[in-house]
Amino acid sequence: MSDFPWLSVLIALPLVGAVLVSVLPRERETLVKQVALGVSVLVGVLTLIMAARFDAGGARFQFDEKYWWIKEFGVHWALGVDGVALVLIVLSVILVPLVIVASWNEDDRSGGVDVPAKRSVKTYMALLLALEAAMIGVFAATDVFLFYVFFEAMLIPVYFIIGYYGGAQRSYAAVKFLLYSLFGGLLMLVAVIWLFPLSNRPAGEGGLGHGTFMFDELTKMNIEPTTAKWLFLGFFVAFAIKAPMVPVHTWLPDAAQQSPAGALVLIVGVLDKVGTYGMMRFCLELFPGAAKWATPVVLGFAVLSIIYGAVLAIGQVDLKRLIAYTSVSHFGFIVLGIFAMTSQGQSGAALYMVNHGFSTGALFLIVGFMIVRRRSARIGDYGGVQKVAPVLAGTFLVAGLSGLSLPGLSPFVSEFLVLVGTFSRYRWAAVLAVSGVVLAAIYILWMYQRTMGGPKVEAVEGMHDLSAREKWAVAPIIAIIVAMGFFPQPVLHVINPSVKETLARVDRHDPAPKITGNVAENGARP
Amino acid sequence: MSRSSHVSAVLAQGGEIPAPHIEYGQIGPLLLVLGVAVAGVLVEAFAGRTWRYYLQVPVAFLGLAGALVWTILLGWRDDPHHVAAEGALGVDGPTLFLQGTILVLALVCLLLIAERGDGRGAFAAQASALPGSEAEQRTAAAGITQTEVFPLMMFAVGGMLMFPASNDLLTMFVALEVMSLPLYLLCGLARRRRLLSQEAAVKYFLLGAFSSAFFLYGTALLYGYAGSVKLADIATQISKDAGSETLLLAGVALLSAGLLFKLGAVPFHMWKPDVYQGAPTPITALMASCTLVAAFGAILRVYYVAFETLKWDWEPILWGVSILTMVIGAIIAITQTDLKRMLAYSSIAHAGFLLTGVVATNQNGLSGTLFYLAAYGFTTIGAFAVITMVRDAGGEAAHLSRWAGLGKRSPVVAGVFAFFLLAFAGIPLTSGFTGKFAVFKAAVEAHATPLVVVGVVSSAVAAFFYVRVIVVMFFSEPEADGPTVVAGPATAAAVALGLTATVVLGVLPQPLLDLAGHATTHMFVR
Repeated sequence: MSDFPWLSVLIALPLVGAVLVSVLPRERETLVKQVALGVSVLVGVLTLIMAARFDAGGARFQFDEKYWWIKEFGVHWALGVDGVALVLIVLSVILVPLVIVASWNEDDRSGGVDVPAKRSVKTYMALLLALEAAMIGVFAATDVFLFYVFFEAMLIPVYFIIGYYGGAQRSYAAVKFLLYSLFGGLLMLVAVIWLFPLSNRPAGEGGLGHGTFMFDELTKMNIEPTTAKWLFLGFFVAFAIKAPMVPVHTWLPDAAQQSPAGALVLIVGVLDKVGTYGMMRFCLELFPGAAKWATPVVLGFAVLSIIYGAVLAIGQVDLKRLIAYTSVSHFGFIVLGIFAMTSQGQSGAALYMVNHGFSTGALFLIVGFMIVRRRSARIGDYGGVQKVAPVLAGTFLVAGLSGLSLPGLSPFVSEFLVLVGTFSRYRWAAVLAVSGVVLAAIYILWMYQRTMGGPKVEAVEGMHDLSAREKWAVAPIIAIIVAMGFFPQPVLHVINPSVKETLARVDRHDPAPKITGNVAENGARP
Repeated sequence: MSRSSHVSAVLAQGGEIPAPHIEYGQIGPLLLVLGVAVAGVLVEAFAGRTWRYYLQVPVAFLGLAGALVWTILLGWRDDPHHVAAEGALGVDGPTLFLQGTILVLALVCLLLIAERGDGRGAFAAQASALPGSEAEQRTAAAGITQTEVFPLMMFAVGGMLMFPASNDLLTMFVALEVMSLPLYLLCGLARRRRLLSQEAAVKYFLLGAFSSAFFLYGTALLYGYAGSVKLADIATQISKDAGSETLLLAGVALLSAGLLFKLGAVPFHMWKPDVYQGAPTPITALMASCTLVAAFGAILRVYYVAFETLKWDWEPILWGVSILTMVIGAIIAITQTDLKRMLAYSSIAHAGFLLTGVVATNQNGLSGTLFYLAAYGFTTIGAFAVITMVRDAGGEAAHLSRWAGLGKRSPVVAGVFAFFLLAFAGIPLTSGFTGKFAVFKAAVEAHATPLVVVGVVSSAVAAFFYVRVIVVMFFSEPEADGPTVVAGPATAAAVALGLTATVVLGVLPQPLLDLAGHATTHMFVR
């Protein structure tokens, strides 16, 4: 069983499902949804079995496969997962079936108020499954070229989902999304192409003697500092757009406002993680020197994202835009943790990616349920919902509280780790970043108060509470958020070895705890 | 009296004039195609009107297929690397690859040209009848369709086969004219919008005549410099560094202008949009694929064989031309509202991408360019074939606004066209990406990284207008009286072939890359 091509199967399975779904007759909508759900559950179960077999203390990349793909370009079909990639794949495969369950009945008209007439359900399901395949592939690729292929391939289903199933401004949002991502991707392409001649140089000149895109070989190269800086920038800009960081974040609020809520869970919850994952994996490990060179500027932008995203979130009147801006703020935290280059910071950042996926996913799902009922995403159209729909309001509160990192819920652990990790090396950055936590309390609680609390608005009268199906979609996420709030250790156990590898590669060690000031005073504390 | 005695004196000496030695076997494909063209003329002269179409199509098809088989045998049986016909034609790997590509693409184009799905096809009933005249109405009412298009096409293809094989400038000029003159005529043969078509033909003819004059003038100057029109002799002369540099540089400049005109490189691109728009769409497809291949073959041979030692002089100019071509092609395309014009500008931009491969002047550049040409040819024929399928009452509905909502009316056709557009945009897993990757990789290896950066930025710009078409097709509501999709069997076959090639060369490009790499091991024969 050890030779079983786990990852190839995991990529192929959703694709087969997508093809299967798209050849089913259009009228058999229930069957279409059942098949899609069945495939995604099967993928989820297989992934969990694979994850259980993952040996945290073993080799860095496990379940690895390597075949020639395009020999001329030195490209392999090479897959493998380390701890960080594994948890992100698990995140993706858990969210996909839940998204399918959540968008079961409303033909996913949660995009906005004036969504056009009924759209094809089977196309939507096929696109979701295709997206799932690309998401698994992008995290599992250990060949930089293959990673790029999945990175770009992901865009197409999302583009069609936003453009086909979105709200009134959907084509604008879809095109903006695609062009931003494509532009970043093409800059990365230059860097990817450049890697080939670099690795093709003889070993004496810092190359490998043969052109390749294999990640583990590329890390052994010696790249001149100037070249490395350009390559770093090529990768980093692409990932910063994806993540998204201020000032290249403006596609996200538009995409979020127009996109159907279900797909949005995957866009913000998983897709954008590719950006931060890429920073951690490729920017840091391939170009460690350049990464250190860029750290002050990156940290500056990270802090800017945290505060600017949070401030803008407070001012939003559209629920989905608001949550999108909170994500910009959260991505600032993740980038901060990655570039702090301490083990706590990076473990925190990796954990943050997973937690943010779940907590934002829950928020978007519930907002989607609200939009289906009230046909509006405007905060002003709600009020007093908790009186008519207490379960909906309650889950919304829990998801919201996890978004502001309440202790006991999973994001708290990761945010704390990031801040501690950053503080030990870049004190000023951590101090500024903490203000993001305060702002988070404002935007979340104020949003809750305006929509759920207060006097009942007339339009909310008769709003149904969550149905059983909707509960089934949200409950697992809430359960995970709570469970990981108390027991983050199993996930950290998987993440930590890969973080250690990354830090060893960038040659950074945790700063030794320093005792400054009055020793006696410090010592006097319990 | 004295003259005739001179002639008789020469004749008396008999053996003094050696008969040229022609390797018929080596240049068989070319002779076969030209012979079939002559046979086509005979069919026009002697066969009855009702029979002509049924004779011309098989004759043309068998001629092209036979030439293709012959070319494959030539390349397969030994590794040819020599000159034929007293040094006038080169028979070498790159040439055979180019000729094979031209023949395959011409076969696919033949499907489009031969299409008579609605009984009439794309060509004028009688080209000599004035548009709107009684004679035109009479011929149209009689249901006559003239078939001179087939021999004309075969002559053009013969010229195209000869153009990249020409090993001296005079042969190349003859090839240029054999290729161009039938094309000028073919451009004016559209059945509908005949004035536009004739205008295109006149424009193409006038500008083409100018460019031929440039080419010829350049040839004359180079003869003055080197005392020979053979590419190899010119190269030898340049390496000796003897003769007038003014003559040389002026000759190179004029010759390049003539060649760049045929590719439609900026600033010699003005004819392309008008001609592509006005010409009957099957002919546009022929020009956008086969002519482009032939013209690139010729420019590659001239630069790689004759002027290789002059690289320092022409390289900066070609950099400039390449950058201008990519940028201007991509930017002007954004403002186009006619699909054929848009694809014309897109073809200009692609000529710019291809030029980066020429600039690389290494083996990878050559093989990358060859691959790109084959890949682009298939995609572009497919795209134009789809355009012929979408019809209004007045013929093809080439205006972008008419395609609104095509995705709902005919999802398959719109989906296929979207796929071609994504291939043009260079999305991974399409042949467009592989081709771009191949030429950009060669350019980076040749230290032309800035060129690659411009290339990817203009790819991003170009992506905008490709994506815009997808938006119109899929995300806009269909018009009430939208165009209908008429898919004749031959056109459908052409689309299917284009689609298959675009997918296969994107997913499994290794065999063709190997072939291109193998064909270019010894570069061009001198």
